[in-house]
Amino acid sequence: MISARSAARWHWKNPSVIPGFGLTLGFTLAYLTLIILIPLAALGWRSAALGWFDFFRLITDARTLGALKVSFSTALIAAVVNVVFGVITAWVLVRYDFPGRRVVDAIVDLPFAIPTAVAGIALTALYAPNGLIGSFLTPLGIKVAYTPIGIVIALIAIGLPFVVRTVQPVMQEISREVEEAAASLGANRFQTIFRVILPGLVPAILTGFALALARGIGEYGSVIFIAGNIPFVSEIAPLLIVIRLEEFDYGSATAIATIMLIISFLMLLLINVIQAWSRRRFGYEQ
Amino acid sequence: MSSRAFKNPISESVPVRWTLIFIVLAFLALFVLTPLLIVFKEAFGKGWGEYVAALQEPDAVSAIRLTLLVAAIAVPANLLFGIAASWAIAKFEFRGKAFLITLIDLPFSVSPVISGLVYVLLFGANSFLGPFLKSYGVQVVFAVPGIVLATIFVTFPFVARELIPLMQDQGTGDEEAAISLGANGWQAFWYVTLPNIKWALLYGVLLCNARAMGEFGAVSVVSGHIRGLTNTMPLHVEILYNDYNVVGAFGVASLLALLALLTLVLRTILETRYGSELSAGQKH
Amino acid sequence: MEIRVEKIRKEFDLYPALHDVSLDIKSGELIALLGPSGSGKTTLLRLIAGLEQPTQGRIFFGNEDASYKSVQERNVGFVFQHYALFRHMTVAENVAFGLTVRPKAQRPPKAEIRRRALELLDMVQLSGLEKRFPNQLSGGQRQRVALARAMAIEPRVLLLDEPFGALDAKVRKELRRWLREFHDRTGHTTVFVTHDQEEALELADRVVVMSQGKIEQVGSSDDVYDRPNSPFVFSFIGESANLPVTVEGGAVFFHGAPTGLSAQRDGAARLFFRPQDVSLAQEGPCFTGPVTSSRRLAGTRIAEVELGSSDQPCHVEIEVPLDAAASNGSVLSFRPTRWKLFY
Repeated sequence: MISARSAARWHWKNPSVIPGFGLTLGFTLAYLTLIILIPLAALGWRSAALGWFDFFRLITDARTLGALKVSFSTALIAAVVNVVFGVITAWVLVRYDFPGRRVVDAIVDLPFAIPTAVAGIALTALYAPNGLIGSFLTPLGIKVAYTPIGIVIALIAIGLPFVVRTVQPVMQEISREVEEAAASLGANRFQTIFRVILPGLVPAILTGFALALARGIGEYGSVIFIAGNIPFVSEIAPLLIVIRLEEFDYGSATAIATIMLIISFLMLLLINVIQAWSRRRFGYEQ
Repeated sequence: MSSRAFKNPISESVPVRWTLIFIVLAFLALFVLTPLLIVFKEAFGKGWGEYVAALQEPDAVSAIRLTLLVAAIAVPANLLFGIAASWAIAKFEFRGKAFLITLIDLPFSVSPVISGLVYVLLFGANSFLGPFLKSYGVQVVFAVPGIVLATIFVTFPFVARELIPLMQDQGTGDEEAAISLGANGWQAFWYVTLPNIKWALLYGVLLCNARAMGEFGAVSVVSGHIRGLTNTMPLHVEILYNDYNVVGAFGVASLLALLALLTLVLRTILETRYGSELSAGQKH
Repeated sequence: MEIRVEKIRKEFDLYPALHDVSLDIKSGELIALLGPSGSGKTTLLRLIAGLEQPTQGRIFFGNEDASYKSVQERNVGFVFQHYALFRHMTVAENVAFGLTVRPKAQRPPKAEIRRRALELLDMVQLSGLEKRFPNQLSGGQRQRVALARAMAIEPRVLLLDEPFGALDAKVRKELRRWLREFHDRTGHTTVFVTHDQEEALELADRVVVMSQGKIEQVGSSDDVYDRPNSPFVFSFIGESANLPVTVEGGAVFFHGAPTGLSAQRDGAARLFFRPQDVSLAQEGPCFTGPVTSSRRLAGTRIAEVELGSSDQPCHVEIEVPLDAAASNGSVLSFRPTRWKLFY
């Protein structure tokens, strides 16, 4: 009777001979709660304390909407550029053998490793009107630094590894047999790439795109130096949070942060949906 | 008999190949490599003497010291967390595991500015906790504890996300064998698990450390930018840059760039030498 | 379509995978390339398909020299070992792929492509599954989709690489019979690679036995089993035993003793025979030795007999009647009834 009941009982953990479950999971949950969940909850609580009316008023403020628009549109353009060059980069790294391939492979990770502020001032020095690259562009009438183009440049530099590193492992798994099969059925190389290889990479490419986009929307350090930070033109949302905070306008800062956090969660959800869909459809991850 | 060359059915022609390689090299040079080089060019723009002087300036020295201190707290804390979380997740089956992994990855999808802001809202002057702690003489925001907390937040997932997939892949067989031979939990971890994960652990620590020392946005929000007191190296770079002190800004930046390069070199060495022990999905 | 392989040589990084291989494949024939791994059988198949380039030699499709034609131009149906289905396409899209990538001028209209795909799926008995994705199919079903896809381009020759290698034993046997029927119905020239001799002998009109980059023997199942022309073929196909012997004055001697067998040519040789091709001898010269082990195998008993001197013993396995005294230690005398000498 007792055994029958306990067998039917809802188990939340499978039995194991390995010790330490309580200790490690307890520590993990406590640490996670203290460092991540309570602070994020504080944001949610402060946001809720504003009330619907104030919250809505603050996020529909023209400058806030302008900043969100700048952040979103520049991140979108940069993510699209990164998808194109990221896929080409991954392809070259996976498929071609050329001198220095390993070094190039390591360089791709540089934007992950280099502090954003360092990237920010370096890009500004490069693209300023008198900079190494800027001085070539100025005579052509192209202004990069202190314009939205500068933001896009910074976000491209920051976001590249996201696409490369999500697409690369999936590309590595493509079996040569599949390409040979396409060729034996009469497909030329162009058709094989665009009808067989790339469609199979779509989930990975979308994931990389979403990661680069999410990072681009939230990016701060590499952008503020090169952006010029003109309201409605080149002022990004994270900067506006900092500005409102410095004005002790905690309400505005909280409202903008909440909207951005919701966008982040939606992106995270999107990535998970893509992953689940590709697992179901193709039977593999990413 | 046809004399034309045989075409490999699964590769692009040589000109296409080299064009693509050229595009990639040009793209990386433009967006990644030249910014790195310009840091050193500007840092040494006025000679070695100025460079050294900029780094010996007292505010720079205290920024370096604070950065090392923050990393020395944040990295071990997240290392401990990473080991505990990966042990719980990889060695046991329980409900809600996938959700827990998503939560651990959460800080990666939060803007660094928000990571700082949440601590200001929690511990700042007009919060509930801030005045309470202040009455006991504890200052969190615009002080070192806030900087440490914000750094821990943004570097939170690094060690855990290196270890979890690897340990999941390695399974529980080794530990079960050790325990059946009479080892206790600590011994099983120390003599069996740790040797299996040591390179991945080091790898995670490297990445965690690089981010901890280089974090800008989150730290910027909580620090209050008090020179000599709450300025880390990246914040000091910003202040010097805004002061038009080019050599000083790029000098401090060059140290951070060197740290990034060192991290990448160590990482590449680890990957080349112990690649199979780093990533999941491979036999060991 | 006849296929002629002429003195093909293939090297990978200077390591020769095929040495001067020549082979004529008749139109409508079902032919098996059989050999252990590393024998070059898959390389030969890929060379015929145009997936590899020969180092030397030529390949003819009919009278046309196809040696330098690309895989696309050769119009061959290739079925890969792991099927290589396009997993982002439905079954119907997979089958139709070869037609949809044709240049506009040669491409049938959409409705016609669809009709042909469904017709092929019907032919491989997969009607109703056209909207599924490959990972929703069983191994045997994937195999048949791969075959239908290869057939869609109306290939001049059908090439199959280990077509049953990734399937479990039961499905393998069913599909084997099914493929034979399919071939008899469509009459395509078909070449398949296998390391499974049972598969090759049961299925193929002719078997090409390969070893170490060379063709050892080409012949019907009866030829390669009953009349193997080399020690390799004799020992690779079916069970066999072999013993070192010498021939002197027309008589075969083993360890200095007469065996009761006779041969034309004198000299040292190896005697090959199959376990079932022996008869127990009561008298006269024969092979004699103690049984070291015996085991029951279906309707017969297999006895391992130790022959020769005790310092250099040779062990052979022979089939004995169930009622024969073949317990461990008992002495058996036998004589091969069918055998072959290789000098």
